[in-house]
Amino acid sequence: MSARKTSKGSFEDSLNRLEKIVESLERGQVPLDDALNLYEEGIQLSKACAEKLKAAEMRIKKLAKNTGGQFELQDLE
Amino acid sequence: MLGPERKILSVTEITRKIRIYLEETFPQVWIQGEISNCRRHTSGHLYFTLKDETAQISALMWQSNLETLLFAPEDGMKVIVRGAITVYPPKGNYQIDVDKMQPVGIGELQLAFEKLKQKLAAEGLFDPRRRKPIPVYPENIGIITSESGAALHDMKSVLERRFPSIGVVVLPVRVQGPGAAQEIAQAIVDMNRYGRVDVIIVGRGGGSLEDLWAFNEEIVARAIHASRIPVVSAVGHEIDFTISDFVADLRAPTPSAAAELVVRDRAELLETLRNMSYTMKQTLTDRVNGYFERVKSLVESYSFNRPKDYLREFAQTLDEFERSLQLKFHHFVELTFQKQLNFSQRLESVNPRGVLKRGYTMVRHKGTVVTSSKKLEVGERAVIEFHDGEVPTRVER
Repeated sequence: MSARKTSKGSFEDSLNRLEKIVESLERGQVPLDDALNLYEEGIQLSKACAEKLKAAEMRIKKLAKNTGGQFELQDLE
Repeated sequence: MLGPERKILSVTEITRKIRIYLEETFPQVWIQGEISNCRRHTSGHLYFTLKDETAQISALMWQSNLETLLFAPEDGMKVIVRGAITVYPPKGNYQIDVDKMQPVGIGELQLAFEKLKQKLAAEGLFDPRRRKPIPVYPENIGIITSESGAALHDMKSVLERRFPSIGVVVLPVRVQGPGAAQEIAQAIVDMNRYGRVDVIIVGRGGGSLEDLWAFNEEIVARAIHASRIPVVSAVGHEIDFTISDFVADLRAPTPSAAAELVVRDRAELLETLRNMSYTMKQTLTDRVNGYFERVKSLVESYSFNRPKDYLREFAQTLDEFERSLQLKFHHFVELTFQKQLNFSQRLESVNPRGVLKRGYTMVRHKGTVVTSSKKLEVGERAVIEFHDGEVPTRVER
């Protein structure tokens, strides 16, 4: 089974975290050192998210059950 | 002439009698006819005439009943209505008070649809509060539809255009004909078991009511309701409503619309990301600039500059000191020079040659100064030295 683990964790969490960082930077109440750390983290997240979005090719597969009753992904004609 | 046994009724009395008679005789009738003269009163109630080739009957439908309809009645539409015959005394006419209406030709399926809809509604399957939220940024989408249908093609192209980085898992099923409902229901169960999708789109393209029927079956409705993963129902066209639509977490008017609803536009998202990066950079830059300004104004403040003032004063003192030192040095040199000068003059005054200038001479014999007349013999040579030269001489006596 080659499907990568879905998501709940990754993109949406990253984006939510990024939104929080932007908010707290905008509010400007964190100490400067923390703000710099937040900024670093935010830029990393933003880059990671953009990378994910830029993955060019849509992965489309067909879900099938093999003889053992296990799921497997097959190419779609 | 009227007979003496005649009984005279008022208009109200006869109308009442007719009314009771009609209402008791026709408490519920089904009538088929064509709608005409259809008008919706501001109260929301619908007034119309039901007619066929040779007769007509007034009809009205209360708003509360009207709301249950899945279509809008209009002139020329052939319908079957259910209702009670009543009389409207002020006008003296009879009419049918309609509580059900269905377009002619749908008949049985529609009735089954209505029955199931009522049953599931009563169980709370359509309760909006039970709907699961559709994830805002799904990364993997499950699609349950026919592998060869237009719906899959449409969804694929929308997803590819809007969000090519999406993962799609298709579970092909038959979407019409006997057994289709069972396949769809099983696919929903399987997709949940597989689990690696964030949202499921279940649907098909447009077709007749019979074609869409699988999505009106109870087994599908129950599977959608039981799905742990949010389900978007996308069956037929905008005008088609199915039981699946009511029970799903989200109803999409068409399969393409479902794809649009499920993924956000990637270009928009990238723009959002860019904006966020910009905001972060800007707020931080502003902040650092703010600090910089503060430091600058502190550096320029009076108290911070006191030490500098001291320093300047000290430098000035130093300059002055240096200047006076220089003066003193010059003075010293001059003084020394002056002393030297005096000393030379005094030295000069004791110089024996100085005496010569005053008219004295010196006599030297064999390199030494002759200081006595007895030191020279007659005939010896000597030198007389003047202040400006010498004269050789010889002692004669």
